[in-house]
Amino acid sequence: MDFLHFMFRNRDQIFSATLEHLWLVGAAMFLAVLIGIPLGIVAARRPWLGKPIIGAANVAETIPSLALFGFLLPVPWLGDRADRLAITALALYALLPIIRNTATGITGVDAKVRDAARGMGMTDNQILIHVELPLAFSYLLAGVRVATVLTIAIATIAAAIGAGGLGEFIFRGLAMVNDQLILAGAVPAAALALAADFILGVLEKRFRFAQ
Amino acid sequence: MNGAAKNQATIEFSDACFRAVDGPVILDHLELAISPGETLVLLGRSGSGKTTALRLINRLFEPTAGAVRVEGRSTLDWDPVALRRGIGYVIQDAGLFPHYTVDRNIGLVPWLEKWPEERKRARVAELLQLTGLDPAKFARRYPHELSGGQRQRVGVARALAADPPILLMDEPFGALDPLTRGELQKEFADLQKRLHKTIVFVTHDTREALFLGTRIAFIEAGRLVGVYTPEEFLHATEPVAAAYLAACRMGDSLLK
Repeated sequence: MDFLHFMFRNRDQIFSATLEHLWLVGAAMFLAVLIGIPLGIVAARRPWLGKPIIGAANVAETIPSLALFGFLLPVPWLGDRADRLAITALALYALLPIIRNTATGITGVDAKVRDAARGMGMTDNQILIHVELPLAFSYLLAGVRVATVLTIAIATIAAAIGAGGLGEFIFRGLAMVNDQLILAGAVPAAALALAADFILGVLEKRFRFAQ
Repeated sequence: MNGAAKNQATIEFSDACFRAVDGPVILDHLELAISPGETLVLLGRSGSGKTTALRLINRLFEPTAGAVRVEGRSTLDWDPVALRRGIGYVIQDAGLFPHYTVDRNIGLVPWLEKWPEERKRARVAELLQLTGLDPAKFARRYPHELSGGQRQRVGVARALAADPPILLMDEPFGALDPLTRGELQKEFADLQKRLHKTIVFVTHDTREALFLGTRIAFIEAGRLVGVYTPEEFLHATEPVAAAYLAACRMGDSLLK
């Protein structure tokens, strides 16, 4: 009860931190989708390029998030603003699931369907746009879903470099050994993650075709 | 360019070879001319190269030596997309687009060719009738809502959509149960009489070859053993062809 009371008293602050959090995650996901889907398509089309692409995304994934924020700090334009830096780092984390799922979805399209499409005289681009991407779409969304949930969690660490978001409460709570403050950041972050997971999960099912 | 006799062939393999990249030779110096309006069956066991031969016709594969000519022109001189739009293509399990309804599947090539909506719709309805599917019942269904036989009918309708003069069929009835297969074979034989297409039909089923083919090209290990009328094939003396027939007869004798 104490906690709810605390949340209610600080609702304005929590609300604006949540908005900040959503901005970091939204911008990062936008970039990651914009870059990740074309890279996933290339990886599916050209396996010899696919290995290094997915390999590089894998490496980005293994760098501890706090360290990655640190590494990007000296980069000229990026290091100027904390939210820029945070968004870039988050986008790097989100890339791997998106690239991988796009590539898997496309290569997983039934060979017979692709063969029929080619045999009927569809061009490579027509096959991509009208056959492969629609059939891979639920996979692609699954990648976006995993990436979004991941990014919502990691975005809390962006507060360490002053990028704001729900992590602010968590870091302050840790410094002050105040559980309520920690929860004030953690609970909304978890709620965001669950909501994103649910909404994207519903979309994913809607675009799944019986193959 | 070639002799007058050669120009009459709709499809012509002239010394055509196909070899997988750094792999074995799959088709070895194939010489075969297919005349307009005939149904040529490529018969042989799995891995004999018959599907490869079929795929050379619509340039899904390109010959590594020799040439394949369609309507007098080497497939390499054709724009592959234009070549394929003029050739119907039916494969096993149909390869229907799972995210398209039956009518969109059938209307695919007309759509690619930018037919007006009205003409396309009329053609789709006509083809559904032709292949024995009630348009009111089937047009809006998805492939996963159809039986295997119905899917294959849609596959045939889709291949016929833009009325191509040539039809390539790769074991189209291979995955069906014997009863459905028999039904479709009979209907297809009727269809063939009405449509006068040049058809190349790949199968490993001797009975299907005898029933549907006007000529049978028997292929073994990438080489053409011989070309026969169904009547001639029954008396083929080449050992591999005779062995193939014997295996088929053995199956029949069990039924007596």
